[in-house]
Amino acid sequence: MQAYLTLTRRELGSFFYSWIGYVVIAGAVFLMGLSFVILLGRLAGQPTMIPITEMFLSLCFWLILLFSAPIITMRLFALEKFSGTFETLMTAPVSDAGVVLAKFTAALIFYMLMWLPLLGCLFILRYFTRGTNLTEPGTLASTFLGIFLVGSLYMAAGCFASALTRSQIVAAMISFALGLALFLAGYLGDQLAPDKTWQVEALSRIAILEQMKDFAKGVVDTRHVVFYLTSTIFFLFLTCRVVGSRRWK
Amino acid sequence: MMIEVSNLNKRYAGKTAVSDLSFEVEQGEVVGLIGHNGAGKSTTMRILSCFMPATSGTARVAGLDVFTQADQVRRRIGYMPENNPLHPDMRVREYLKFRARLKGLSHSRSRERVDAVIAQCGLADVSKRIIGQLSKGYRQRVGLADALVHEPELIILDEPTIGLDPNQIRSVRQLIKELGRRHTVLLSSHNLPEVEMTCNRVLIMREGRILAADTPENLHKALGRSGHVVAEIAAPLEELKNCWEQMAEVADYNIAPTEGEYYRCSLTAAPGQDLRPRIFALVVERGWQLRELSRVRLTLEDVYIRLTRPESEEEVI
Repeated sequence: MQAYLTLTRRELGSFFYSWIGYVVIAGAVFLMGLSFVILLGRLAGQPTMIPITEMFLSLCFWLILLFSAPIITMRLFALEKFSGTFETLMTAPVSDAGVVLAKFTAALIFYMLMWLPLLGCLFILRYFTRGTNLTEPGTLASTFLGIFLVGSLYMAAGCFASALTRSQIVAAMISFALGLALFLAGYLGDQLAPDKTWQVEALSRIAILEQMKDFAKGVVDTRHVVFYLTSTIFFLFLTCRVVGSRRWK
Repeated sequence: MMIEVSNLNKRYAGKTAVSDLSFEVEQGEVVGLIGHNGAGKSTTMRILSCFMPATSGTARVAGLDVFTQADQVRRRIGYMPENNPLHPDMRVREYLKFRARLKGLSHSRSRERVDAVIAQCGLADVSKRIIGQLSKGYRQRVGLADALVHEPELIILDEPTIGLDPNQIRSVRQLIKELGRRHTVLLSSHNLPEVEMTCNRVLIMREGRILAADTPENLHKALGRSGHVVAEIAAPLEELKNCWEQMAEVADYNIAPTEGEYYRCSLTAAPGQDLRPRIFALVVERGWQLRELSRVRLTLEDVYIRLTRPESEEEVI
């Protein structure tokens, strides 16, 4: 436990030692600000029945998720393998699973920190729309739960990609490809919609876009929650296997 | 017994790195592992430090199996890998604190130990600097401090002085010598004089096997049987040649003129013979001038080259 906490702290700190952390946050804040402006324009134009969180997320969420996940996770293992510190790390009294979990946790915490400005935007809206029920605390909570769950899946996939290689660029590309594939799978399900075969059914289960819309509406569907948790665990398990593969290579 | 390795094998895809390796290291010994690149030194150290398991055979550290009891073994080992990888973005004290905590030391204990290793390794002046900006010598000391921070019983150092300048090598060597008083040390090196100076025992490796394992002195004795002697004598050249031809103990000789009337004679003695008293007696008898008489000792380097030369393999065993 102590090793896990120590490692998580160090990993989290390393986002801020280098400029990468600041650049990612700056990029995300820019996109959030942009969609905030667009949102205000729309709200000023006409009345709407759609929850504000859903409108907000439909604008920039995907861009931020798809691009930030590879950048956040690419250095987790690849850099350590490249610089050789992986050897000093793995010869300390820590378990493979402990290392993977610590790195994953640090990435996820950083990812959630990156989303904090969204909270600021929503509070501003809430302040100026007093008396309306545009931003209910429940909806807000479920939105952030959705962001957290989708993020954990993407961070786990990124960990896996980073563990595969010594090159951060390659890790980022694998992670981006994985993320994009997951994201597009839902669209594929929509395209094949007319014939209700089991493939279509399966694809629609990983329609991340639709599921995120549910979260943003304030609907917490346990099927979605279970999907994200199990797929996160699946990718973390794969990462552990890759990290342990030095034993039988 | 601190390290017991028996019949250790390690194969990477299609290549044997270590084959049927067996050796033992007693508690408190400083043992040097020398050999060519690719002789299996780093692989042996990686197996001992539980980074990867062997293909077959067993290795035990302090009586614990490195594969099945890896966690306990890791707590007893301080390992510094080749090229001494560090986190260049961290500060020295911060890095050592991080490593101490990672190795399971409590907050107060880690603070104590970090202070102790910073003093021990001479890092006090740079403890607040960023590791990436330090000179190579200081970085090497940070690596050593990391290996020491949890007070391990066994310290494994993979090429601790590679790439350092002579002054830095001297200070790191001094540090290792001091470590040898309280810990068991296993180090690998290309630098033979260093091994000779710091280690009680030397293991010479080639192609994943141990060719010789002994103290530097014994290795000298075993291989230094043909002693070389250099004598500078002022005498007529013909007479000198005749003397060496007739002396039964001289196996081979070579004469070269030097400044003045002196000739420099390099003599190879027959096995087990010391030529020096004979030469002295000869010079006195003939009334010549002698201004140098010395035995050329084989350095460990010569021993090493002899051992790792393929044709001399049978001589060793």
